[in-house]
Amino acid sequence: MKIKICNGRVIDPTSGEDQIRDIYIADGVIADPQKAQQAFSEDREIDATGQVVCPGLIDLQARLREPGEEHKATLQSELAAAISAGVTSVCVPPDTNPTIDTPAMVHMVRQRGRRIQKARVYPLGALTVGLNGERLTDMAALKEAGCTAVSNGDRIIDNTLVIRRAMQYASTFNLTVFLTPLDHWLKGNGCVHEGEVSTRLGLPAVPEAAEVVALARDLALIETTGVRAHITQISCARSVEKIREAKQRGLNVTAAVSAHHLHLSEQDIGDFDTRYHVMPPLRSLADRDALRDGVASGVIDAICSDHQPHGLDAKLAPFSESASGIAGIETLLPLTVKLAHEGAISLTDAIARVTTHPARILGIDVGTLTPGAPADVCVFDPTAERLIDVSQFVSQGKNHPFDGKTLPGVIAHTFVAGIEVVN
Amino acid sequence: MPSLIRRSKKQHASLLDSHTVVNLFFEDSTRTRTTFEIAGKRLGASVINLNTARLSTKKGETVLDTVRTLEAMDTDIFVVRDSASGTAHLIARHVPAHVHIINAGDGRHAHPTQAMLDMFTIRESKGDFSQLRFAIVGDILHSRVARSQIAALQILGAREIRVIAPATLLPTEIERLGVTAHTDMDEGLTDVDVVMMLRLQLERMEGQLIPSSQEYFRCYGLNQDRLNRAAPDAVVMHPGPMNRGLEIASDVADSERSLILSQVKNGIAVRMAIMAELVGMRPKGSS
Repeated sequence: MKIKICNGRVIDPTSGEDQIRDIYIADGVIADPQKAQQAFSEDREIDATGQVVCPGLIDLQARLREPGEEHKATLQSELAAAISAGVTSVCVPPDTNPTIDTPAMVHMVRQRGRRIQKARVYPLGALTVGLNGERLTDMAALKEAGCTAVSNGDRIIDNTLVIRRAMQYASTFNLTVFLTPLDHWLKGNGCVHEGEVSTRLGLPAVPEAAEVVALARDLALIETTGVRAHITQISCARSVEKIREAKQRGLNVTAAVSAHHLHLSEQDIGDFDTRYHVMPPLRSLADRDALRDGVASGVIDAICSDHQPHGLDAKLAPFSESASGIAGIETLLPLTVKLAHEGAISLTDAIARVTTHPARILGIDVGTLTPGAPADVCVFDPTAERLIDVSQFVSQGKNHPFDGKTLPGVIAHTFVAGIEVVN
Repeated sequence: MPSLIRRSKKQHASLLDSHTVVNLFFEDSTRTRTTFEIAGKRLGASVINLNTARLSTKKGETVLDTVRTLEAMDTDIFVVRDSASGTAHLIARHVPAHVHIINAGDGRHAHPTQAMLDMFTIRESKGDFSQLRFAIVGDILHSRVARSQIAALQILGAREIRVIAPATLLPTEIERLGVTAHTDMDEGLTDVDVVMMLRLQLERMEGQLIPSSQEYFRCYGLNQDRLNRAAPDAVVMHPGPMNRGLEIASDVADSERSLILSQVKNGIAVRMAIMAELVGMRPKGSS
């Protein structure tokens, strides 16, 4: 199958390219445009005039709920949701049930993903057995099964020595460690940012220090072990500062932020609106602005959806008892494009944060339009706007605070390995 | 409202005739529930008390299931108490408009009827709020009463609102609510006209928020010496139940400057007024 995508605005952050040209896809990979211009007999031609043509998006953190919570969502439903939104690769944390802590589990998730034939699935291997924070997993075997990175998912490891040894061991096999900094004592039963809103609403709070203390500890251990590490999500200005310092000192560390943390703050919670219940919590407006600056300056490498689909009942509870999380995979691109629309960042840089950079963090060969690369391509209209209506979501999760709002960026086509999966 | 109190009980006995009030208490409370029950009955309503420990929302019946079931039985007013902040809001958003929700205390968030009866009691005793300094003393962090009092005092144009507590019991950015925070009790009480004490729930303190009851009383207990720093005619309030010798000395609690028993008495009248207003029934001859 040979496909020619004509006249699109081609944005490839790998090369820094941003120009109108044609893209050629042959046998599942990006074809060399120079050669193709001379001789290319396309089976299909797509007119992309007025559209952006960029690498398919790579979501560094999405919970697909399978195995273990199929009543909330399945790989089938969520991978379909991913491609409907231009996301062609999804990185899955190991905190499923059972956890992804053995090669068999890695194979199972990857195979299920392949059979579904939608977006690619990259399961993270567990850092500790059962994510219990005690025994290290067989990381060499996990790597052989296809994991490029290991993580303890949403389970906090309190024992600092275990973290250090896990980092040392992961570095032995050149595995990246994904870390989510949160001090469980300081977090307590907190559910919102400690600040004006927690004080006004009387909700148990998560101080900024719960993240910063854990991040400082993790960075010190990253420095001494020399492991390559990725901070999955930060939420406040001080964390941006810490990552900036760490990078300046030459630590091998990257960081991501969720798309919603770049657009929302504690103020949006209003009167206990549980759709805004997320962890880490939405913090102050100043924090949100610092996160935006961090993304623009490159201190924050990537933007993820932190997709967490829930059933309807999960949010119909008093705020502190409601489930945290947003079913965000279908708004990763729109919220990223919105950043560019608002002038926070150029469109090319914004796209880099959801394509090339996540690919580099995961160590995978997608996220680029370089000839020879797998043809994971996203074609979207950057100026058209779409009304977000959760009842129209492909995802089984309908929990989203932008319901009823309008966002830019409408998908026209998604290709995975040169096969059109969305039109 | 004063007329409501002065008139004999019988005059209002039919205002809520044919109405059903459900006291839905997911958290234990004797005092608040009892005053709501008396208030409802004096207005002629059928009052049903449901004291039910709530199961975790993940198992069993959720808050909304419970409410919908009762609503199907033609309840007009729910009086809701819960240990989670925001429960009354949640319920109010999910019942039809003709069903009324009274928040009888939600987590650390609000206890509006307590604040209203406090304000009524202060107005009875002191009159104009714009000349008065207020101090709220104790566990501000966990107190829904304090939050509602602050909101009410703001609305009524209080001259100054202070909160007094050790730093462990002061919520972050409390100043954003329009109050000044004091950690020194003597300094905080200086020249105030109304001292509003809060109940300290020692079982919550875990030995970390305050080290011991002795130390707390030494630093933040209201005794006669401390009260002498306040204005000469300062009054003392407490939402009850009091911990004598922990947050307040008995001689202060029982002194003529204490409005504590007036608060209890006014609690019934104010709650009657709130219920009558909600269903749009006013006693004849009142504006």
